[in-house]
Amino acid sequence: MRPAASAWIALAIVLVVAPGVLGVASRTRALLTRRRGAPVLQSYYDLLKLLRRGSVLSDTTSRVFRAAPVCLVASTLLAGAVIPLDGRAALIRFPGDVVALVYALAFGRFLLVLAALDTGSSFEGMGASREVTVASIVELGLFLSFGTLAALTKTSSLSGMLGAPLAAAWPTGSPAILMTAVGLFALMLAECTRVPVDDPATHLELTMIHEVMILDHSGPDLALILYSSALELSIIAAIIVTLLAPRGDMPVAVSLAVLAAGLLATGVAIGIVEATVARLRLPKIPLYLASAASLGLFSLVLVLWSSP
Amino acid sequence: MTPAPGVRIGNRRSAPVAGIPVLGLTEFGAQIEAATAGGWRIVTLFGTPETADELRLICVMAHDARGDLAVTSALVGRDYPAISARSRQAGRFECEIAEQCAARPHGHPRLRAVRRHAPDHAPSHWHGGSADALANGLTTIGGDEVHEVAVGPVHAGIIEPGHFRFNAHGEEILSLDVVLGYQHRGVERLLECTPRDRAMYVAESIAGDSVIAHASAYCGAIEALGRSHKSPRAQAIRGIALELERLANHIGDLGALSGDVAYQPAASYFGRMRGDCLNLLMAMSGNRYGRGLVRPGGTTFDIDAGTARDIEHGMARLGDDFRATADLFFGASTVQSRLEGVGVVSAATCIAEGFVGIVARACDVPRDVRHDHPYGVFRFAQIPVSTAWAGDVYARALVRRLEVQRSIAFIAEQVHSLPGGETRAPCGALARNEFVVALEEGWRGEVAHAVLTDATGSVRRHKVTDPSFHNWPAIEVAMPGNQISDFPLSNKSFNLSYAGHDL
Repeated sequence: MRPAASAWIALAIVLVVAPGVLGVASRTRALLTRRRGAPVLQSYYDLLKLLRRGSVLSDTTSRVFRAAPVCLVASTLLAGAVIPLDGRAALIRFPGDVVALVYALAFGRFLLVLAALDTGSSFEGMGASREVTVASIVELGLFLSFGTLAALTKTSSLSGMLGAPLAAAWPTGSPAILMTAVGLFALMLAECTRVPVDDPATHLELTMIHEVMILDHSGPDLALILYSSALELSIIAAIIVTLLAPRGDMPVAVSLAVLAAGLLATGVAIGIVEATVARLRLPKIPLYLASAASLGLFSLVLVLWSSP
Repeated sequence: MTPAPGVRIGNRRSAPVAGIPVLGLTEFGAQIEAATAGGWRIVTLFGTPETADELRLICVMAHDARGDLAVTSALVGRDYPAISARSRQAGRFECEIAEQCAARPHGHPRLRAVRRHAPDHAPSHWHGGSADALANGLTTIGGDEVHEVAVGPVHAGIIEPGHFRFNAHGEEILSLDVVLGYQHRGVERLLECTPRDRAMYVAESIAGDSVIAHASAYCGAIEALGRSHKSPRAQAIRGIALELERLANHIGDLGALSGDVAYQPAASYFGRMRGDCLNLLMAMSGNRYGRGLVRPGGTTFDIDAGTARDIEHGMARLGDDFRATADLFFGASTVQSRLEGVGVVSAATCIAEGFVGIVARACDVPRDVRHDHPYGVFRFAQIPVSTAWAGDVYARALVRRLEVQRSIAFIAEQVHSLPGGETRAPCGALARNEFVVALEEGWRGEVAHAVLTDATGSVRRHKVTDPSFHNWPAIEVAMPGNQISDFPLSNKSFNLSYAGHDL
């Protein structure tokens, strides 16, 4: 079956809107803390600025360091392609494609970690170790969340979990779906290095998680990394939006509009979180992640318990 | 009661050099040892060449609870048994003496470079620098699982240069060594050699965020030697400026702490309030940091009725805004969990090492020059000493909060009832062969300027001790056992000066 045009359009929307979600988040945070803040389009300007610059490469790095940004974007795009962004069917779908999603994201991270270790810097080594610690728990949480959806919709493909069967499951499964959505939001903040897990605005290397790994990247390489983390955030946000508003039986135009609005609303939600809580101490982060993952676990139990 | 180590002096009261006892080294060491054990602490300990082949060590000590200051001295040759072998507080000062005066203290428990410069106060016959001889004294810890992390001297923010070397096991800090000296400008030499009107600018540039504190301490010393009597009005204006400086820096620090824990609302509100305080200093002196305000004999600018009204209104509004934001910041559970139990300095360590200022007050060691050795306006208008007991980042933030509230009340009261009179009195030539110590409670803690004049009435030795010099070792003491990711937050809670230390 050929993928529908709506799937391509939805992917295009996500690709275009992704940096804007970050812009909305930082603008929301600025307004809530009574500052004017940067323009919403600032993240686009930053990307353009970086793309026009040259890259500085350390003598100690190898090809791994060069390859990581490109592979990172590619794997994030793959993750985007297995999700039914238009609320119906994904560009690539097969039974068990949910595993492809999780590991496409993990693969990108793995390359970034390799690139960080490639520099031989003690900072980046520390960042890599922190990033992997966070990622290993996030991965568990993601699988529990998708497990819930799979049990609810009786499919193992994301196109089913987030497509028409989801809308059908809403009337009976809404408590589990809502819990999953909340858990996913908490995991998204960790996965995409936002407060309270990481602070994208800090300049203090010793406290960073994700940012410290990419200290040595510059110019277009850095632009690719920044773009792909924005994209990753939007992809997970798109899943949350679909959970809260199943779009399987909406008209195509409405479905796409809901997607775009939902992504921007996620940006607002992130901004609100960042304007109201402080960052966690590093040793407390696993606790936070475990709490988020346990929401996935409870919703899974709920679904399995109530299903005949 | 422990007897005073040497002759009693007062804060900003000059005394003849001849009155300072000159002891043998053994007796000198014993006196310092007995005094530090009996509640005294070293304010400053420095060397000045006495003859071509002899160095005079001068030690100023304070007993804060009794409000006493005392000075004693000894003559030493180039090689001498270290005093720090008997009294821990002398340790860092003896490193400084070894570097500045090319002396060699034998048996020093940890002789290391302080600023890495050639000796500039050595007796003329002592050739050969000791700068190369003194290493940075970095700790090395063996083992495959221990890794070293080197931070700086180029800082990621826009603050000053300093190098931090960690030994860490995973995320846990095993040891921290702070290497400073990148900002060394030869301040003491400049203060001794340049004419008085130019030396004033040097004094104002010792630490850019403590302009009023250093300028007032410098002027306090010069005025005592120049027999100048400030008018009550000038004293009040200096007091207001000093407290405005404290407000700006304390509020700025609270904002920076909020920023470091990514608590955005408080960071931006505090940041705005800091600006308001600096703007009031600007209204008073034409400079946001108060440069050009404090001069020997008084102040260059008066507070006219309009400015007084602005300051009074400013304090009323700041009081309300600050209370609201501080409640927000200190009340947030996510903030509390970041600040509590991090970077602890115990009261026992503080007393043993002689820490001063916020660091001391945050572990329930009430040391405040404004209260213990009052001077100027603080003799008439007392500011209660603010303390906390936990000694962690939270306690240091809390002390700042309390001090902000008290400084606001002080400034409001002072501008409301400014005494009349001129703001500037004449300041004559310096008295000959006299010694004076001027202490000032800057926002970080005790700023000390000690001045010694010679037979012609020119400055023979000008010793500056910034609170940062006392307190940098506190970070090295506080960090082991903490998370390496908590270091920037801890460091911010101390917020020590690099320039003030490096001189």
